[in-house]
Amino acid sequence: MKIKADTGVCVGAGMCALTVPEVFDQSEDDGTVVVLEPDPPASREAAVRRAVKLCPSGALSIEE
Amino acid sequence: MTEATPGLMTYTTARERPFDPPDALTRAREETPIHRMIYADGHEGWLITGYALARAVLAHPGFSTRPEFLHPPIQQRLINLQEIRMQPGFFLRMDPPEHTRFRRLLTGQFTVRRMKQLEPRIAQITQDRLDAMEREGGPVDLVQAFALPIPSLVICELLGVPYEDRDRFHRDSAVMLSLHSTPEQIRTAIDDLLDYLRALVKHKHAEPSDDLLGGLVAGGELNDEELAGVGLLLLVAGHETTANMLALGTFALLTNPKQLAAVRDDPDVVEGAVEELLRYLTIIHIGPMRTALEDIDLDGHLIKAKEVVTIAAAVANRDPERFGESETLDVSRSAHGHLTFGHGVHQCLGQQLARAEMRIAYPALLRRFPELRLAVPAEEVPMRSDMSIYGVHRLPVTW
Repeated sequence: MKIKADTGVCVGAGMCALTVPEVFDQSEDDGTVVVLEPDPPASREAAVRRAVKLCPSGALSIEE
Repeated sequence: MTEATPGLMTYTTARERPFDPPDALTRAREETPIHRMIYADGHEGWLITGYALARAVLAHPGFSTRPEFLHPPIQQRLINLQEIRMQPGFFLRMDPPEHTRFRRLLTGQFTVRRMKQLEPRIAQITQDRLDAMEREGGPVDLVQAFALPIPSLVICELLGVPYEDRDRFHRDSAVMLSLHSTPEQIRTAIDDLLDYLRALVKHKHAEPSDDLLGGLVAGGELNDEELAGVGLLLLVAGHETTANMLALGTFALLTNPKQLAAVRDDPDVVEGAVEELLRYLTIIHIGPMRTALEDIDLDGHLIKAKEVVTIAAAVANRDPERFGESETLDVSRSAHGHLTFGHGVHQCLGQQLARAEMRIAYPALLRRFPELRLAVPAEEVPMRSDMSIYGVHRLPVTW
């Protein structure tokens, strides 16, 4: 699993950082997504998928 | 591809029971997730009652939120839309890329981490209100004693608006959100609040301050009229919404003692309970609404350019296809993904602040007053079905 984030699309709602704070953070400047762990361990896969689904702007995607 | 489903719906704001959406809208969802709907000005648009379609509309870039394209689902809504539309900086009613410019200036201030840093202050404000309630003794109106002051104080400190001026912005907000206000009343209330914010912005030019509005003034990216519009949106959205969730949520818990006990006694339940209360109560009383900018195929339905779509968020949030036993309040369910904060690029900017306030305030109230109860029969609690944000006008409680 590899996470892709499009900060041009991101609206900084924070759903990803709320759902998996170990994997996602937000920029101090404009609140857009910062991926801390682009290749997360299997133990976090389910939570990451949930975060991607919750993202309101469609900024997150997963490459298998 | 079909162009219409049989029968024309009308929107309704009349609720048969305090915590449930209008029965007519629920019945509509049980039939089909999308309906043709006649608007108050005769426009033939659409009504969405299903969760999946609601989410699809809100995420679709072909739908606009600009007020000049909208038609009113009910007569009173038209007035509100027309009056707000001309204000620069009111970015809730802008599309990208204009919307993006404003949102980007603000999102850094509302991140999950920034809101976590505010938690000790929110907790202190909450304890101060509880102390005041205890000193005063019951019965009190929970709206005035607790639900309204907490988010008002928090948003005032965050924005840099003097809390002493609350009577003015509480009064103006109430007029703006009332479905009974006349166009003149709404215009007067908006003008008064804008005048207040213009003066505040001017003051912050002269005396720089270390708060959100002060930072925007110093940043120099927005002109003063835009700053006033941003201030209007954040100030009104920042206190009315959470205030109503706190009061209505407490009312709902008081009538569901098992759920109340879980929120009071189990810290692990609180996070999920806040999401479930947001879903179950959906204080967004009308809409959200969007207008198709082009012909859009929505799951086999052709939404033609210029047609308006009204999403009944309260019934979409009760869609059993997404939430199972959706008609019951169950604080142990996973209600994540509810539409109460919206979806798409306009999803609530302040949602992480609202979550922090609710996660702190509900359990603090219930632990301070374990014997908290209604001071009037439940049927006598005046409900806000006459406001664009649902809730209670008053909640008399004692302990």
